[in-house]
Amino acid sequence: MQKLSLRDRIKEARVSAGDSFRGGKLMSSIFRPGSPFRKGYVDSPRNRSYVVMNNVLYHLHPVKVKRHGVRLSYTLCLGGLSFFLFIVLTITGIWLMFYFRPTELAYVDIQTLQTSIAFGSLVRNMHRWGAHLMVLVVFLHMSRVFYHGAYKAPREFNWVIGVILLLLTLLLSFTGYLLPWDQLAIWAVTVGGNMAGYTPVIGAQAKFGLFAGLEATTATLLRFYVLHVLFLPFIIVIFMAVHFWRVRKDGGISGPL
Amino acid sequence: MVDIPEHLLQRSAEARAKALGISVEQALAEMKGESDPTVISKEPEVKIIDETPAPAAETPAPAAETPAPAAETPAPAVKVEEKPAAKAPDSDAPDEVDFAPEVKVTQRLLTVVKAKPIQKSVSEPVDKVNTWPHLMLPEFVALMAMTAFLIFLSAILQAPLLEEANPNVTPNPAKAPWYFLGLQELLSYWDPQIAGVMIPLVLGLVVWMAFPYIDRNPETHPSKRKFAIMFYTFFLAGAGVLTIIGVLFRGPGWNWTYPWIDGIWFDDLLDWIHFE
Repeated sequence: MQKLSLRDRIKEARVSAGDSFRGGKLMSSIFRPGSPFRKGYVDSPRNRSYVVMNNVLYHLHPVKVKRHGVRLSYTLCLGGLSFFLFIVLTITGIWLMFYFRPTELAYVDIQTLQTSIAFGSLVRNMHRWGAHLMVLVVFLHMSRVFYHGAYKAPREFNWVIGVILLLLTLLLSFTGYLLPWDQLAIWAVTVGGNMAGYTPVIGAQAKFGLFAGLEATTATLLRFYVLHVLFLPFIIVIFMAVHFWRVRKDGGISGPL
Repeated sequence: MVDIPEHLLQRSAEARAKALGISVEQALAEMKGESDPTVISKEPEVKIIDETPAPAAETPAPAAETPAPAAETPAPAVKVEEKPAAKAPDSDAPDEVDFAPEVKVTQRLLTVVKAKPIQKSVSEPVDKVNTWPHLMLPEFVALMAMTAFLIFLSAILQAPLLEEANPNVTPNPAKAPWYFLGLQELLSYWDPQIAGVMIPLVLGLVVWMAFPYIDRNPETHPSKRKFAIMFYTFFLAGAGVLTIIGVLFRGPGWNWTYPWIDGIWFDDLLDWIHFE
């Protein structure tokens, strides 16, 4: 019997240990068939389908997509990036909620966040610039869809859902604008709320409902906070679910020009 | 009697005529019960399943084939008992129609069905690729690039935080968030009922949402939908110009200012662009 060198013996032990771990009961129970994390994954059409089908996150996608749809120049990935920015904003937003009270203390909380909490300033900046970026990306996504005529039959209704999503994005951004409770926030929201006051017939009521009073106070702050962290995200997630579902049901990415 | 299409009957009669060596008209007449069935001398090389002679009620005469259930007919009880159990009172079943009661041929060619799909497929085959890795890899790269860009932006640009909110001190000018600044600019031209409500609500929301229902042109190529492209681009440019004016060219009292002379009154960019 040929004697192996020490180096080969170590390599063999490493490979067999890796195989027995990846092929073991634990990994097989966590990862469903076709996962690259299971033992014996080979790049085959069957496994390529399994990767998408057997993963709760990936199966938002169909197993196959039109070849022109994966061209970056067609969609510019704008819809996916809108969704991704929403996820980033949710994660950073939840993190910010740990350090924020929607009361007279709001301003102090933001100051403390920026000066005394690790990564506080960075996460706040990410949340704020991410929100501006999301408004921009959603708008660009809409323009891309328009210029490709991708709203045409059978996708008419998904365009309607999309406009509602744009509106909800603007409302989320607008309600978040007040939360730092500085001069920029309160006066921007005052200007915006006064615009709502020009609504015919119900103008005064709309303004009163938005401000929780006649002008922007801490009551407005609490109202905007609840809308921003709970109510509007709840609504937008429902509309996003319908939006993504309709993309699939209407035949995936629209055809090339 | 079961309603058999004429062409099937004809084809069946031709097959029978060929098998028995008789004319087609004769075979057809036999099948309709108008003449006595031809008795062939040679026994057909088929297995006879039912040895018992067919009861009179089973003759192919149309009168005997009444769809009324057997139990309700005033026929003698003996006749009913003679019927095999399989012959249920449901006379609509095609196996009730026995065109050759004398010759117990268990199988014969009725018709030849050409191999064509019943359903016509509507969708054309399209060129598709696997989502993994052809879509998910570029998507992953896009997400990573966006994350990197956002972290980079957040590291170099400080989000603005002015003095604490004070309802008694109004800044001049007071500006809305940038995506509403086009609207605020419009408000300085026209009556708020028009600029603040009618345009954003009617044009911005109702028309925008209903656009696919207004534009019924099925073409997607830009050269075949020039009006729609022009319309959208016009409003996009309008909104863009108004927003830029609102952000950069409006100063105290909402008066016209030049950013390179008078500075920028836009606090979102406070820590980004320093003037004065």
